[in-house]
Amino acid sequence: MSAVAVWVEISEGRLKKPTLEVLTAARQWADSENLPVVAIALGADFPPNLTASLGEYGADRVIRLKGPQLEPLVNSAYARALAQLMRERQFSYLLLPQTYDGRAIAPFVAVWADGALLSGITQPPQREGSTLRARRIAYSNKAIEWIATDHLPVIATLKSNSIVPAKNPRVPTEEELAYTPLPEDLRLKSVGIEKVATDKVPLTEAEIVVSAGRGLKGPENWGMIEELAKALGAATACSKPVADVGWRPHHEHVGQTGIQISPNLYIAIGISGAIQHLAGVASSKNIVVINNDPEAPFFKVADYGIVGDAFQVVPQLTEAIRKYKEQHAH
Amino acid sequence: MKILCCISHVPDTTARIQFTADGKALDRTGITFIINPYDDFALARAAELKEKNPNGVKVTVLAVGKNGAQSTDSVDANLRKALALGLDEAVRIDAEPVDAFFVAHQIAAYAKDKGFDLILFGKESIDYNGAQVPGMVAALLNLPFVSYATSIEIQDGQAHLTREITGGKERLSCALPLVLSAQKGLAEWRIPNVRGIMQAKTKPFQVVPPVSVAPRVRTLRHEPPPPKGTFKKIDPENIQELVQELANKGLI
Ligand SMILES: Cc1cc2nc3c(=O)[nH]c(=O)nc-3n(C[C@H](O)[C@H](O)[C@H](O)COP(=O)(O)OP(=O)(O)OC[C@H]3O[C@@H](n4cnc5c(N)ncnc54)[C@H](O)[C@@H]3O)c2cc1C
Repeated sequence: MSAVAVWVEISEGRLKKPTLEVLTAARQWADSENLPVVAIALGADFPPNLTASLGEYGADRVIRLKGPQLEPLVNSAYARALAQLMRERQFSYLLLPQTYDGRAIAPFVAVWADGALLSGITQPPQREGSTLRARRIAYSNKAIEWIATDHLPVIATLKSNSIVPAKNPRVPTEEELAYTPLPEDLRLKSVGIEKVATDKVPLTEAEIVVSAGRGLKGPENWGMIEELAKALGAATACSKPVADVGWRPHHEHVGQTGIQISPNLYIAIGISGAIQHLAGVASSKNIVVINNDPEAPFFKVADYGIVGDAFQVVPQLTEAIRKYKEQHAH
Repeated sequence: MKILCCISHVPDTTARIQFTADGKALDRTGITFIINPYDDFALARAAELKEKNPNGVKVTVLAVGKNGAQSTDSVDANLRKALALGLDEAVRIDAEPVDAFFVAHQIAAYAKDKGFDLILFGKESIDYNGAQVPGMVAALLNLPFVSYATSIEIQDGQAHLTREITGGKERLSCALPLVLSAQKGLAEWRIPNVRGIMQAKTKPFQVVPPVSVAPRVRTLRHEPPPPKGTFKKIDPENIQELVQELANKGLI
C-alpha cells in the first residue's frame, strides 16, 4: 500500500506542534496524490487518546510500535523500525518534523530504506510526472531553493512553523506491533535527561519570541524582557554576544550559530540585525524591531519598527498589551 | 585513537549571495569560502584531544570538493587551515559535493576500512542547513550517532557525551567507535597560530578520486526570498497602534 507515512513525535505524553504541522502537510500531500496518511508512533507507552488525536489531524491509519526499549529514544533504533516498515508496506513517502530527533532519524531511514532525502522543506512536495519537487530555505534565508528527485521512496523533514496545523478529522484504523531494537541500536545509552525551564514555551516551538541584544546594557535589565514575554505568552531569545558574556543562557542564542526559528511574531529589542543574527530569525512571519538607531540594519527586514529607547518603549508596550488582553478576555 | 573530522566549504557568513543566470548554482565570483562554523567546533575538539595526547591521537581532516577558480574558493586552503590547528593529515575527495547522499557515500567509502574511533562533523552546514550527511554516514557504517553534541570526554574507549534535545539536554555513554555532530559548546573555536600555519604546509595531504554514486536530489533553481516591503513605522508615543496592528493580524 503506497502511503504518506508520518513519524509521530510524542513528548511528555503530548503531540507537539511540529508533529501537528507534519500531519497537516502529510494530509495535503496525500490528497494531492490520492494516498492515505499513515501515522507511526514508537514508544514504550502511548497516551490513551493518541489514535483519536492523530485522526483529528488527518491520519487514516495509526501504527504503534511498542517496546520497553524504545524509551528513551535512540535515533538509529527508531530509524531501523521505520525503514523496515517502509520496505514491508511499500510506503512511498515518510515525513518527519525537523526537530532535534526528526533530523537525526531521517538520514538513517533514507539510507536503510534506500530513499532520497529532502530536508527542511517548507511545504508539501508536489508531483509532476515522475518528478517530486520541494521548496526549502537556503543560504541563511538569503535564498529559496527548489529541489527535485525522481527517486522513490522519499523521506522528508518539514521545517518547524512553516505551515499552520489544520484539523481534518476522521476515524483512523489502528494497529499495534511489538518492536525490539537490534542490539547494535542499543550501543548508545542514555544516562539522564535534564529539562530546562519547563514553565516556558520551548524556543523552537514558540509562536511569539521576544528577543534582546547588547542594547540592553546588562543582565539586570532583562526583567522588562521577561515581563513583555509573559504578557504575550512568548519565549525569550537573545543575540550571540549576550549569551557569550553570560547575560543570558546559551540555549536562548538565536542566529546562524544558535537556534534557527521562524515564529509568527519576533520582537527584536536592542539588536542591531547583523547578517548572522538574521540568518536565524529572518523567516519569522512578522518582525517588530525596537532600536534607538534609525540606521540599524534590522529595520530592513522589519514589518513594524519603533525608533526609540528600549527602556521606555518596552514597559509601555507590555502595559498596552496587558490592557488589550484584559479588555478582550472573555 | 584515530579521529576523522569532516569539514565543508561554505560561503562566508557575510557574503552577498547571487546565482548563475539559470538559478541553478551559486555565483562564486567574489565570495570567500570558509570552513563551516559548526565544523570548527568539531575541529577544535579534535585539536584538544590531540593536544592532551599527542602520540596517542591521530586526526585526519577530510573534505569532499573541488577547488574553485579563485584563491578565495580553495578547499585545499581550508584543509590546510584545519591542519594548522595541530591536526595530522588532510584528505580531499576530488568531486563536486552534488547532494548529501553522494557526499555521505564518499566519506563512508573512505572511512570504511580505516578503523576510525571517532568521526566528527558540524551539526549542519550553513548553506543548506541540511544536517543530512553525518546521520547518513553513521547509517552507511552502521555506527551509533550522537547529534547536536555539546560535550564529549573519552575514557578507556568509552565516550561520555551530552547532546541538546528539545527543551533540555541528554547525557549519554557509548563505546567507541561513533559518529558525532557538533553543536556550539563542544569546544571553543580556535585560531591557528603561526607555528601551526607553518607546520601545516608540510603535513601529509592526499587527493583521492571519488567512488561512483548517483546523486538522488538535484537543484532546480534558486530564487530570492519573498521581498519585504518597507516596514510600518510606529511612533513610540503611540504604542497602542502597534498593539492594534498585531491584534488585527491575530498575533496576540
Ligand atoms: C561566524 C559568526 C557567527 C555569528 N553567529 C551569530 C548568531 O548566531 N547570532 C547572533 O546574534 N550573532 C552572531 N554573530 C555575531 C553578529 O555578527 C553580531 O555581532 C551580533 O549579532 C550583534 O549582537 P547585538 O545586535 O546584540 O549587539 P550590537 O551589534 O552591539 O547591537 C546592539 C543594538 O542595540 C541598539 N541599542 C543600544 N541601546 C539601545 C536602547 N537603549 N534602546 C534600543 N536599542 C538600543 C543599538 O543601536 C544596536 O543596534 C556571529 C558572528 C560571526 C562572525
